[in-house]
Amino acid sequence: MVIAIAIVRMTDLLAVVMLTGIYGLVSASFFVVLDAVDVAFTEASVGAGISGLLMLAAITITGRKEAPKRHKPLISLFVVFVTGGMLIYGTMDMPYFGAVDAPVHQHVAPRYIEQSMEEVGIPNIVTSVLGSYRAFDTLGEVAVIFTAGIGVMSLLSLPRRRKKPQTDDATEEQMHERHMVVRIVSKALIPFILLFALYVQFHGDFGPGGGFQAGVIFAAAIILYTMLFGLDTAQKVFNPSVIQLLAAVGLLLYASVGVVSMLNGANFLDYNVLADDALTGQHIGILVIELGVGITVASVMLSIFFNFDARRQALQNNNKQKGEQDVSRTL
Amino acid sequence: MLAHLPILQVVIPLMAAPLCWFLNRSKLVWIFALLVCSATFINSVLLLIEVMNSGTIIYELGGWEAPWGIEYRIDKLNAFLLLIISSIGTVVMFAANTSIQKELSEDRHTLFYSLYLLSLTGMYGIVATGDAFNVFVFLEISSLSAYALIALGKDRRALWAAFQYLIMGTIGATFILIGIGMLYQMTGTLNMSDLAIRLVDVGHTRTVFAAFAFLIVGICLKLALFPLHLWLPNAYAYAPSIVTAFLAATSTKVAVYLLIRFTFTVFGISFSFTSLPLQDILMVLGLVGVFVASITAIYQQNVKHILAYSSIAQVGYMIIGYSINTSTGVMATLLHLFNHALMKSALFLALGAVMYRIGSVQLSQFQGLGRQMPLTMSAIVIGGLSLIGVPLTVGFVSKWYLLIASVEAGMWPVAVLILLGSLLAIVYIWRIVEMAYFKPPLPGRDTVKEAPWTFLGPIWALVIANIYFGIDTRLSVQIAQAASQSLFGINP
Repeated sequence: MVIAIAIVRMTDLLAVVMLTGIYGLVSASFFVVLDAVDVAFTEASVGAGISGLLMLAAITITGRKEAPKRHKPLISLFVVFVTGGMLIYGTMDMPYFGAVDAPVHQHVAPRYIEQSMEEVGIPNIVTSVLGSYRAFDTLGEVAVIFTAGIGVMSLLSLPRRRKKPQTDDATEEQMHERHMVVRIVSKALIPFILLFALYVQFHGDFGPGGGFQAGVIFAAAIILYTMLFGLDTAQKVFNPSVIQLLAAVGLLLYASVGVVSMLNGANFLDYNVLADDALTGQHIGILVIELGVGITVASVMLSIFFNFDARRQALQNNNKQKGEQDVSRTL
Repeated sequence: MLAHLPILQVVIPLMAAPLCWFLNRSKLVWIFALLVCSATFINSVLLLIEVMNSGTIIYELGGWEAPWGIEYRIDKLNAFLLLIISSIGTVVMFAANTSIQKELSEDRHTLFYSLYLLSLTGMYGIVATGDAFNVFVFLEISSLSAYALIALGKDRRALWAAFQYLIMGTIGATFILIGIGMLYQMTGTLNMSDLAIRLVDVGHTRTVFAAFAFLIVGICLKLALFPLHLWLPNAYAYAPSIVTAFLAATSTKVAVYLLIRFTFTVFGISFSFTSLPLQDILMVLGLVGVFVASITAIYQQNVKHILAYSSIAQVGYMIIGYSINTSTGVMATLLHLFNHALMKSALFLALGAVMYRIGSVQLSQFQGLGRQMPLTMSAIVIGGLSLIGVPLTVGFVSKWYLLIASVEAGMWPVAVLILLGSLLAIVYIWRIVEMAYFKPPLPGRDTVKEAPWTFLGPIWALVIANIYFGIDTRLSVQIAQAASQSLFGINP
């Protein structure tokens, strides 16, 4: 709460980003207190991790200071107060926090808790709800991320005129020299981050984790690399157009699991028919869709970041050219 | 395959959207997208026939039965909506290739088709599902793709318009999510029909009231109901023409559907209309919306703005029909959903053709177009007549039933106001007609030719549909009537 107010009052955008990261971390611990380990995990990796990185990338384009504003938004203040009032009004009749007889614990949840082991065969109930009982929602979420990725691309993608970007290698080198310590430390860390991402990806059945978190962690590692070693170096390994295709592949992979089960004579996304044994089928289904989720999330995050970064470079080049023109004009 | 119709409706465009990226040649992608749209159209026709013959279809996703898994529940209401969306989506797609060639740069064509299909997916998903949270997920798909589609507009103001829409739309979506969350907290379920049963016990609690309020306000934001309409005119005006034609005809309709679905099916009539003054509030807002938006439309200089404000006014009519709260009233609303989709897509497509030929849709640029683009302009005239509600067009049919409904309910003042509102429509349509037919062409504009057939085909298909369903009302009236009666029949 204090942090949120601080964010609103602050005009230095860099500090705002840092505070947002802390906010994400604090709310992640808040979720841990609420026993929602999976959500906490996601919040920690998304809220505290990757969104901070993306915002930093945005700041490098726009500059650090917020433009000062004058107008007093009285109407918005009123709306906010009415909304807040409604929210508090709504909480008055809510069941008490943690009460056993709350409807949430009475109706649908018991079956998830008691029978998911027999029906889905996976110890992590959250994964079996997300991956099987409500798999279609998760498919929708992946499509949301895919849409967001396309949206960013359609806004930021530059017209293709990839001449050789004439960045001064000397200045680039200089900048990297200055970050020597950071570079060496992260060079040592990145393999482990990647490894951890893979662990999270395939261990989602048993502990907290799964495709969303793994994808984000994976992307974060590569973004870290890109920030320190430059866009061109990173894109040698991760070709942007391949990554864009991968985003599509992930979504397709997920949906095609549904189609396969449909071809096997069951309903869309019914994993029972994927193998002879229903439980094995569930297992395969969840593994494949989690992989699909991971691929799409990671590649969308990456391509968003690459687009930002390419934009930034283009701007810098333009400015440089403009500067040269100005110089020649004054001469 | 017949058993899988409900899910195919959503999954076909969902899978086609990423597939577009593998084709990557503008024309090829267009043909592919067109095929996909047509497939969903055929699918929706089959669904409607199936539902009309044998009643509600239930499809359990993942094979899990309802409150545990997600189910699709297709009844007459959403089968009708699916048909509206898919038919407009397909017809508009015919003109897409020609139009975006002028309005979008080559490397964004694939993105455009991909987003278009995703937007379609989102709308199908919202309409087809029987699960409250699933609605939210697909709402996100449809709105995110809509923001991006609008931002593709050539004009730089499109970015600002899309940003405004993004802020308003996100607030709306968040409100809907809060509402759904509260409902889940009170009932422990997300399934709509299950919610309906379990809400009866907790209907008196303040949490449910708050949930109701959040849901309604959130939906009304999406609906662009006066006074929450501010995002709409610019979003429609600066988006690419195809996008305007598509969204104007479909997206607000989906929001109207959500309003009907939540108030009738989930909360039930007795809760929605007796314990809260919702009916009166919406009636007043609807009427004020009709007048404010129509009067604003009269003073606009950009023809897209004129029609956008007219859309807000039409939303007002739909809400009036809805808040009369009789079977006939809701039927008039449903009819108007269908009819308004027909007229607005025809009109905005015709504007797209004008944009294609002269590169502007300012009213002053329309001078003399009546003689230079006779087929396009006459389409605008017929669409306009339909908007006013002249007999032999679809506009007349829905206005007629709206009048009957209000007179039946004894609301004479409402009926009079509806007629007055239609008079305002005459004024803003006349401004376009006057400019196009009674002014000489602008100097240097002598060579403007008729639009290409790829435009004229879809436009005239829609215009003919406007007239056909205005004369032969059996089909549309029958379906709308059955849908609204089932709404009142299930929850007496």
